[in-house]
Amino acid sequence: MEGNATYWSENLRLIFICLAIWFVVSFGFGLILVEPLNAIRLGGYKLGFWFAQQGSIYTFVGLIFWYTKKMNDLDKKYNVEES
Amino acid sequence: MDELKIYTYIAVFGSFAIYFGIAWWARAGSTSDFYVAGGGVTPMQNGMAIGADWMSAASFISMAGMISFLGYGGSVFLMGWTGGYVLLAMLLAPYMRKHGKFTVPEFIYDRYYSKTARVVAVVCLIIASLTYIIGQMKGVGVAFSRFLEVDYDLGLYIGMFVVWVYAVLGGMKGITYTQIAQYCVLIFAYTIPAVFISLQLTGNPIPQLGLGSTLADGSGVYLLDKLDMVVTDLGFKEYTTDNMGGTVNMFAYTMSLMIGTAGLPHVIMRFFTVPSVKAARQSAGYALVFIALLYTVAPAVGAMARLNLMNTIEPAAGQNMDYAERPQWFKDWEKTGLLQFEDKNGDGKIQYNADKATNEMVKVDRDIMVLANPAIANLPNWVIALVAAGGLAAALSTAAGLLLAISSSISHDLMKGILTPDMSEKNELLAGRVVMTLSIIVAGYLGLNPPGFAAGTVALAFGLAASSIFPALMMGIFAKKMSGKAAVAGMVSGIGVTMLYVFQHKGIMFIPGTSFLGDMGPNWFFGISPNAFGSVGALVNFAVAFAVLKVTGPAPAHIQEMVDNFRTPHGGVSAAHDH
Repeated sequence: MEGNATYWSENLRLIFICLAIWFVVSFGFGLILVEPLNAIRLGGYKLGFWFAQQGSIYTFVGLIFWYTKKMNDLDKKYNVEES
Repeated sequence: MDELKIYTYIAVFGSFAIYFGIAWWARAGSTSDFYVAGGGVTPMQNGMAIGADWMSAASFISMAGMISFLGYGGSVFLMGWTGGYVLLAMLLAPYMRKHGKFTVPEFIYDRYYSKTARVVAVVCLIIASLTYIIGQMKGVGVAFSRFLEVDYDLGLYIGMFVVWVYAVLGGMKGITYTQIAQYCVLIFAYTIPAVFISLQLTGNPIPQLGLGSTLADGSGVYLLDKLDMVVTDLGFKEYTTDNMGGTVNMFAYTMSLMIGTAGLPHVIMRFFTVPSVKAARQSAGYALVFIALLYTVAPAVGAMARLNLMNTIEPAAGQNMDYAERPQWFKDWEKTGLLQFEDKNGDGKIQYNADKATNEMVKVDRDIMVLANPAIANLPNWVIALVAAGGLAAALSTAAGLLLAISSSISHDLMKGILTPDMSEKNELLAGRVVMTLSIIVAGYLGLNPPGFAAGTVALAFGLAASSIFPALMMGIFAKKMSGKAAVAGMVSGIGVTMLYVFQHKGIMFIPGTSFLGDMGPNWFFGISPNAFGSVGALVNFAVAFAVLKVTGPAPAHIQEMVDNFRTPHGGVSAAHDH
């Protein structure tokens, strides 16, 4: 089935996008860029600190649900849903 | 008997009665029930069960305490223990569910067509799970001895008995439904005190927002700014920027915890309980929602507890509390030895600061922060009772999940898979129950006589999962040509490097004095602490596996076909049912 090969490459592309965001919010904003971001305030939070202790977790939750939805669409598009 | 004790008995034994009721209702009748709850758990239910399974005594009791004292550095636990679910949802869970087997070592065996690989996986799984259980059993003992004032030993026996009833009777099915109840108990027990304290300190009932709000004392100062000021005045590092050994170490530590989380077998096997690939993806999302409810509250609990503790000891600069007038919770925790005061300058007042020579709070155990928090904040007794039941729920639910991971890897992978393949289903079910009973006894024994290296081994559990199991599973799915030989070489070298690094800095098997490089920052590789080394081990695993693959050639065609098959949901999942 040659359809399966494009299904897989579309899946890989989705995973790549999600993991890029995953990396940026946690390792990027929460760790590497924490000092410059801390100059910005979000109420009482320093922004870098907020990403490390709150923001990254919210983003992770959103990412998984978004990925799940996109994959369900992809399953339909390539007709590889569970029977 | 005082009011607090009565409430605590009601909360603890009331919750136990619920678990027993569920156990009776969800008895396991087949191996499929016993290992994967018949494969019929809904994503939402599975998400809650994963939440309870995942959030152990360490998450419930220790994490907020660690954040309390590490400040910003504690972020590694928050990001590490949640970010792993993103990896699980995208890289492992759906494909492993599609393949449809009972255990993680079984997946590794099928994919790498190698009994060696299966045995290596079983060994990693047992070491990782056993070290974890010791912590849960200790948590049960401490909760009983502190809140009900029964013996630590007796508390542990009660805990062992409760787990035995529902885990042995119900297997995965009983464990799943009790975990759902335990999740509800633990999340209430965790958030209610946090809501009260947040309200007291900031006037905002939502702890996640309270942490970023101004104090309710009318000063208009932000809570975190006040905390930074209080701790730096006493010579501690600034709360919101203290970065625990530098960025590189935090980076490696977070990565180790993330991939370790994704590689822990007792979590992965929960994804085998749902009916479809779609449901496996969804349950990872729900799991993280339920976990995030606690994990986003934890930093608020940590910061507020620290501020309350500081304010109790030194209400205003220079006005230290008299030791004679210390509150009841202070006396209670002194009795346990987890809190110790030594009047170094003999003025009868309590000085608490970062200077070893003048600091009089000679011991403030991190683990007491969550348990003592409601009392420090003067919350009503029923809230304190709830915290006791919640701590027990967290410890018991995780212990049950780990026990199932151990017993299934022994009865299914070693006994049925390798030693006696012709065992009947009925006998395998019996074997599963016997092995689980034995595992509970071993876990109880280790809880009563914790080996000296118990604390260090939890880090080792994550290191093992990160450096061996996660890379093997990921390559099994994403590198179609990956061969058995290459994967085994990768796993062995990943574990090898990680163990070598941990042992050379922490001592062989954590025996003091046998560390040949010393547990010193300057000797660490790029400043990476031994706890954080799993991520380096994982890189070694990947590198070695691909190098060996290049030399020895790809996996056979039928294996590559199998990989193609579990990459798409098409064709349905069947194997978990007609196994």
